[in-house]
Amino acid sequence: MKLWERLATIDRRILYLLLALAVVLPLIIRPRTRIQVSEPVQDAFTAVDQLPPGSVVMISVDFDPSSAPEVQPMLIAILRHCFKKDLKVIVTGHLALGLPLAEIALSQVPAEYGKVYGRDFVNIGYRPGYVAVMVGIGRELRDFFKTDYKGVPIDSYPFMRSVHTYRDIGLLVDLAHGATADAWIQYAGGRYNVKIIVGCTGVNAPNLFQYYHAHQIAGIIGGLQGAAEYESLVGKPGSATLGMPAQSAAHALVIVFLIIGNIGFLLARRRKGG
Amino acid sequence: MLNIIGTWVAATLTIGILSFLYRDNPLYKVAEHLYVGISAGFAVIYIWSFDVYPMLVDAFRTHLSQRNYVEAWVLVVPALLGLAMLCRPIPKLAVLSRWPLSFTIGIGSGLGLIASVQGYLLPQVSDTLRPLVTVNNALMSIGVIATLVYFYFSREHKGALGAISRVGIIFIMVAFGAAFGYTVMARVSLLIGRVYFLFHDWLPIIR
Repeated sequence: MKLWERLATIDRRILYLLLALAVVLPLIIRPRTRIQVSEPVQDAFTAVDQLPPGSVVMISVDFDPSSAPEVQPMLIAILRHCFKKDLKVIVTGHLALGLPLAEIALSQVPAEYGKVYGRDFVNIGYRPGYVAVMVGIGRELRDFFKTDYKGVPIDSYPFMRSVHTYRDIGLLVDLAHGATADAWIQYAGGRYNVKIIVGCTGVNAPNLFQYYHAHQIAGIIGGLQGAAEYESLVGKPGSATLGMPAQSAAHALVIVFLIIGNIGFLLARRRKGG
Repeated sequence: MLNIIGTWVAATLTIGILSFLYRDNPLYKVAEHLYVGISAGFAVIYIWSFDVYPMLVDAFRTHLSQRNYVEAWVLVVPALLGLAMLCRPIPKLAVLSRWPLSFTIGIGSGLGLIASVQGYLLPQVSDTLRPLVTVNNALMSIGVIATLVYFYFSREHKGALGAISRVGIIFIMVAFGAAFGYTVMARVSLLIGRVYFLFHDWLPIIR
């Protein structure tokens, strides 16, 4: 067996080991990286940045731990941006396992900006049946969320008294790993013309670019790369920025694997044909 | 102290899941079953605390105490539909679960139909009709037409139809490639997340 063919049939566990090294070494060595901001992320940032102070931003935490490494840094960066701009934040979600992640972010970020629960932000919690909730908020938020996630009536928080429908929300941010982004765009955006930006996993991003190009959403933050771009715009690098060298190294390795695998495959096929 | 225990448990389970890359083993199975079990238990608690209790039990009591009898007793309908859904595992009563299912499908279809047209089809079609003054717009129009032709099965793909459908395949393959590239990025990101946890939170190697 020739070298190329041997490389093409290498034990997958060796590939895993190489991939692990490609991820671990850059995280330890931490080489310098330059983050180039793409247009969809810049537009998402601008959508938040242009809101006047005191505007209400609704953040829907529609991801769970399985996609947290990609989307949680977006949540943290967007919260930082909102609090820096003195925006009021309402956090909600359509995945039971997502709201603890929101709580983790809310226990960390507001304190950095001296923001107080109830005065500057509220977590209204989770309701199942997201389509009904999305459509229902267009009529009255209280039909679904009379209380926050602690069971406290939302009207006991001064800024929430004036929030009833999408008309009272300046921007909707959906941080999603599944179908909820499409649903927010189609139900809330299509019917109520809410301005929406979406932060999503890399798997979802290609499906959402059509909405961005059709101006149905104001911006997209896609995958870890998007999160790192948003972090750089906010001026506070976090775990996404730290992960980018590892991401680049892993991508380079995957490309090398693809080339070697294909050369080996072609050579083997030629030999069989001969 | 609880944080330290939590980190060790999470690290053990992470290693357990990653150990599947070598081969299937009991530690992996324990981690997998724990994840499924805890997720299900957590969802049940959440649905009870955030949905059933405040919107059904508590709302029923509140309406009764305020003498809003109609609003109170209307809640019996969703309660009965919910109970009917739970009849599914009982063979003799399983038929009852069709009513709430029909209700859910009916609502979902009704809402989905409007949303698909209003929030997807019309905006997307209107955005596709762009003036062919830039290369991007021309490429997009060619891509849409060629892809639609590829999915036109009423005639054999021969001659001009065959040529256009082959162009369609190229556009579809580019779309698949982009989706696959993003998927690789997503999966690597998850690995980075776990490695970062292991080397930052568990073993403080990364500062």
